[in-house]
Parts: sequence; C-alpha cells; structure tokens
Amino acid sequence: MTVPEAAAGAAATTEDAAPLLSLRGINKSFGAVHVLQDVDFDAYAGQVTALVGDNGAGKSTLIKGIAGSQPFDSGEYVFDGHAVTVTNPKHANELGIEVVYQDLALCDNLDIVDNLFLGREVTKNGILDEATMERRAQETLAGLSVRTVKSIRQVVASLSGGQRQTVAIARAVIWNSKLVVLDEPTAALGVAQTEQVLRLVRQLADNGLAVVLISHNLNDVFQVADRISVLYLGRMAAQMKTKDVKSNQVVEVITTGRSDAIGGITNGNGELK
Amino acid sequence: MSATQTTPTVATEDAPASRLSRISRLQALQILILLVVTIAVFTALRPDTFLTGFNIRGIVQNTAIYAVLGVGMTFVIITGGIDLSVGSVLVFSGVVADKVMVWYGGQGWATVLVGLVAALASGLAWGLVNGVLVAKAKVPPLVVTLGSLSAALGFAQIITKGLDLRDAPQALVNDIGFGNIVGQVPTIAVVAAVVVVFGIVLLHRTRFGLYTYAIGSNAEAGRRSGVKVERHLIKVYAFAGLLAGFAGLLNLGFFQSTTIGGQSNTPLNVIAGVAIGGTSLFGGIGSVFGTVIGLFIPIVLQNGFIQVGVQPFWQQVVVGAVLVAVVYVDQLRRAAALRGTSPRLPFLSRAGGAGSASRKGSA
Ligand SMILES: Nc1ncnc2c1ncn2[C@@H]1O[C@H](COP(=O)(O)OP(=O)(O)OP(=O)(O)O)[C@@H](O)[C@H]1O
Ligand SMILES: [Mg+2]
Repeated sequence: MTVPEAAAGAAATTEDAAPLLSLRGINKSFGAVHVLQDVDFDAYAGQVTALVGDNGAGKSTLIKGIAGSQPFDSGEYVFDGHAVTVTNPKHANELGIEVVYQDLALCDNLDIVDNLFLGREVTKNGILDEATMERRAQETLAGLSVRTVKSIRQVVASLSGGQRQTVAIARAVIWNSKLVVLDEPTAALGVAQTEQVLRLVRQLADNGLAVVLISHNLNDVFQVADRISVLYLGRMAAQMKTKDVKSNQVVEVITTGRSDAIGGITNGNGELK
Repeated sequence: MSATQTTPTVATEDAPASRLSRISRLQALQILILLVVTIAVFTALRPDTFLTGFNIRGIVQNTAIYAVLGVGMTFVIITGGIDLSVGSVLVFSGVVADKVMVWYGGQGWATVLVGLVAALASGLAWGLVNGVLVAKAKVPPLVVTLGSLSAALGFAQIITKGLDLRDAPQALVNDIGFGNIVGQVPTIAVVAAVVVVFGIVLLHRTRFGLYTYAIGSNAEAGRRSGVKVERHLIKVYAFAGLLAGFAGLLNLGFFQSTTIGGQSNTPLNVIAGVAIGGTSLFGGIGSVFGTVIGLFIPIVLQNGFIQVGVQPFWQQVVVGAVLVAVVYVDQLRRAAALRGTSPRLPFLSRAGGAGSASRKGSA
C-alpha cells in the first residue's frame, strides 16, 4: 500500500499512483450547522489539486480539518498510505502537511530568515544558529527558483505582496513537507505578482509535492491545476481532471452543484461514480 | 521643533529594504551621539569636575538600578506591552528581603543570599501575576500593571506600616551598595552590566528573544507558527518582575532603605529611557543597548545641570521633550516603513490582539 518512491517527484504524471491524501466520508458540524457532509477528497503527489466552490461552500473548513486546527467529526483520513487521526496542527506538520493561510501571518518586523524558521528555529547550545538557518533559507529559496528577493535578511515589511506570499510558501516547504495547502494565494495580487506566485505553485508540484490550491479565480486554476474538486454547500459536487473540462462547465458545477454539465459526478479518473 | 528638523531626514531616507530593521539601531545610535555630545558639552563647561572618576562613578551608580529594571521593561515593551509596576515591585521586594534578612539575622553574605532569594521570589511572584492577567485573562497590560503598581505598594506599606525599613546587612551595603569591585569601579554597576549583557544575549541571540519580537510584531502569526504566545508573555512579565525584585535588593544596598515613598516616578523614568533608546512603544522593535543609553541621558543631564549651576529641574523638562520627540519620530518612521498602519498603542488593547491585523494587499 505504501508507495514511498511515488512521492519522490518522478511520479508527477503517473496515472494510477495512489493519492497522497485521501479523505472519505468526511463530516464536520459547527453546532447545528452541518458544514461538511460525506466529503471525499484526494490529492496526489506531483500534482496541483484545485479546491473550488462558492463562498461558504466549506473549503476553508475542509483544509482546517486537514491541517488539524479544526479536526473533522467523522470520516476516514488516509495520508501516505496510513489511516491517521489528525487532531492538532503539530501532528499535521509532523506528517508533512503545511498550510499557507489566506491572511499570510508573517511577522512584519522580522526578516525573511526569522519568518521562515519561526517556531522551529535551529539552535546550538541555546543560541540561535543563524548561519545554518541562513544557509537552509538560501537553499530553499533557490530550490523554488526564487530570485526576486535581494537579501534574506530583509524585513518582511519591506517586501511586495508577491514576495510575502513567496516567503509564506517557502516557510511551508522548508521542512521537507509532502502536502502543501494554499488558501487563495493570489487573492490580493496584481497580474505580474500572480504570475510569479502561480509559477511557484507549479514548481512545488514539479518538485514532487502534493499541492492543494484554493482559489476563486478559474484562470489561475486552469493555468496550474492538474485536478479540480468542486465543493457545493458542504458536499463534494465533482472531482475531475483539468484537461477533461472547460471553464464554463466548472462554473456551472460551482453555481448549481449539478455535475450534469460534465456528464455526471466523476471521481477524478474519468469514471462515473 | 526638533520634530520638524527630522522630518526631511525621514523623507530622504531611500533604502526601504531594511528600513525597519535599522530603525532601532539607528535610533540607538542617534541617542548615543546625543549622549556623547551632552557629555562633551558638560566636560567643556566644567573640565575639572565633570569627567572625573568620582563623578562618573556617581552617574554610573545612579544608572545601575534603572538599567536592571530597563532590561525587563525593554522585553515587555517589545511584546507590545508595558509594565507600570516595576517601582512598586522593587519596593515590595526590598521590604520582603529586608524582613527576611532581619529574621535570618547576621550581617554577612549568607544573609545577603537569603535576602536575594526572597527579593527574586517576590519580584517573580508579581511578574507572574502580571503575566497571567495579561496573557490569560486578556486584561490590557496598562490596566494590569497599574493595578499591581497600586497593590504591591499597598502590601509593602501594610507590612511596614508605612515606615521605611533600614536594616540591610553590612555586606549588602558596604560591598554591593557602595563597594568597588576593583579600584574605583562600583560593584553595583558591574552587577548591572552583567544583567545588561545577559539581556542583550537573551534578546538578540536566543529563541526567547526572537519570540519576544514575534509577539510584538504579529502575535497571531507567532501562534500559527507554533509559538506558545500566552506562555511566552507570562515568561516575559515574570522576567521583568524577577529583575524588579533583584533591583529591590540592589536598591536596599544602595540607599540603605526600602524607599517606600521614593519610587513613584521610577516606572515612568524607565519607560522614558526605553523609548528614548529606540524601543518602539508599538512593539516589535527595540534593543537593550538602546535602553541603557536612553537611561543615561536623564542622569547625565541632571548631574551636569547641577554642576553648571542650572536648576536640576530643567532635566525633567528636557527629558520630557526628548521623549515626545523621539516617539514622534518613531511613529513617522513606522508609518513610512509600513505605509500607514494604524498608530494605536498596543498596551491599551488586549494581549495578542495588537499588530495582528493582516496586511493583505499591501502591495
Ligand atoms: N467556526 C465556525 N462556526 C460556525 N460556522 C462556521 C464556522 N466556520 C465556518 N462556518 C460556516 O461553515 C460554512 C463554510 O465556511 P468556510 O469558511 O469553510 O467556507 P469557504 O468555502 O472557505 O468560503 P470562502 O470562499 O468565503 O472562504 C459557512 O457557512 C460558515 O458560516
Ligand atoms: Mg475560505
């Protein structure tokens, strides 16, 4: 069942690779509000899976469950071939799951290195090991082909929106993570910076990570995503491959929740469910 | 008026890249220059008395206790908080230490050691109270420490019935309060210097210091990164309390008295020193080195004014003006560097809420 090699990048386009993350029959309620109902969701190593849906569809709730910050009430959570119960963010981090939240949550007065390592600093005899952290920061940014920051000792307040997003994403991958979830990473960005961040998102998948991208912008989704999952009022309306569908069909599913437009609900492998 | 002079400097500063990071260092440097100039002026006016060993010794001695308090205050203010209770906690700890040392008896080092433990424990206890109320109960730091300012002094007066205690043991008075470690170097200043160096290392070289900056910068970001924000805030206030307790013992040695009525301006003087030294009252920026320089300025001014025959009360006027100017400039710089975040003082609001506003769309 475990396929460690599959996660190592080369498997990017393998059709029948098992998903890195597999959720089945997920439920989540807040009091009387049943926000997620029997949701199935898969994310694959080496691929960008877009999670779309109207406001309030439950996207953020789904990823908070994945991240462990708001654990699911019930359902099956399989990660890297193992059934797991993720009840807190730390546990998710240990598994190799990182989330970049909508509001970036960087410390403006700290520099890039400080932000990359905050909460997980490298120390030597109780003293911060700045040299090691700087080196790893350089390596990580180089690995993501980031060339837009002048100095890794720049304070984050001085960075552009795109650069800040880059730092937030680099923060998520510096710990050899396997799954990175991005909640609307381009929402506040202009055209050029959106391009820059999307390139980075693609780079993550090409480096072998499983990427889940939440977005309201279907242009972005069609540009970088391999798969699209549509949430509609807390139900998974459809999971499909980007190459099998057109933008207007996806819009139809998002707005009506009905997948007739794409010929019935699929499980992402083109089979009828 | 000094503000209008400095505005153009801010405007022409054209290195936005590392502007913020340099602010505290920059300001500490400017204040250092101000201090050096002040010393030079007084030296020129009173060449045979101002820069003498005797006079320097006095200045350094007078700064020592404030410096110990200033280290803790710097940490608290960097988190976006404030501690108004340090003067009262100092008095309370001095009172407890005095009582315990009298109970233990003797005039030697063993007695001092017992007093040290009592003073540290008293200070730590008040610091923990402050920290828990700020971090867990989410009462604004200004209110919490205003409360403990009042309560700690009240307890000190209850214990002493309002009369100063003056039974510090000989070892504390002669060797620490007035003693020299070598030649003319006062022990109390060396002790304070050790605390300062410890504070510098703790702030700039350790995880503890980094988390202190992180909380003052964006508590929510710290929380999501796995920083235990509440626990760290408690530790910071406890640290400030511990140092206030320590200062209480030094104070007892130096003044041979618990100085119950004499500390009402202490927190404000220390806060002024911290702010003058470049630590931002908005949190997230600051240095212990700057604080020490900032604390020297009022004391050097007072000393110098007395020597040149100006009424020493002018010192208070000058310090007040410098303080306001410095904070005003800090505000301008922050606004320039952060492009207009709301200038609301964080210690007026709940812990962890300050500065955590998302800066989405700042591009
Ligand atoms: N803590 C909570 N308590 C009660 N209801 C909640 C809570 N969190 C989310 N909800 C509800 O769950 C539903 C789904 O919210 P969620 O934030 O997951 O939507 P979303 O798809 O991320 O929307 P958006 O695109 O606006 O970000 C909404 O109706 C919301 O009101
Ligand atoms: Mg959302």
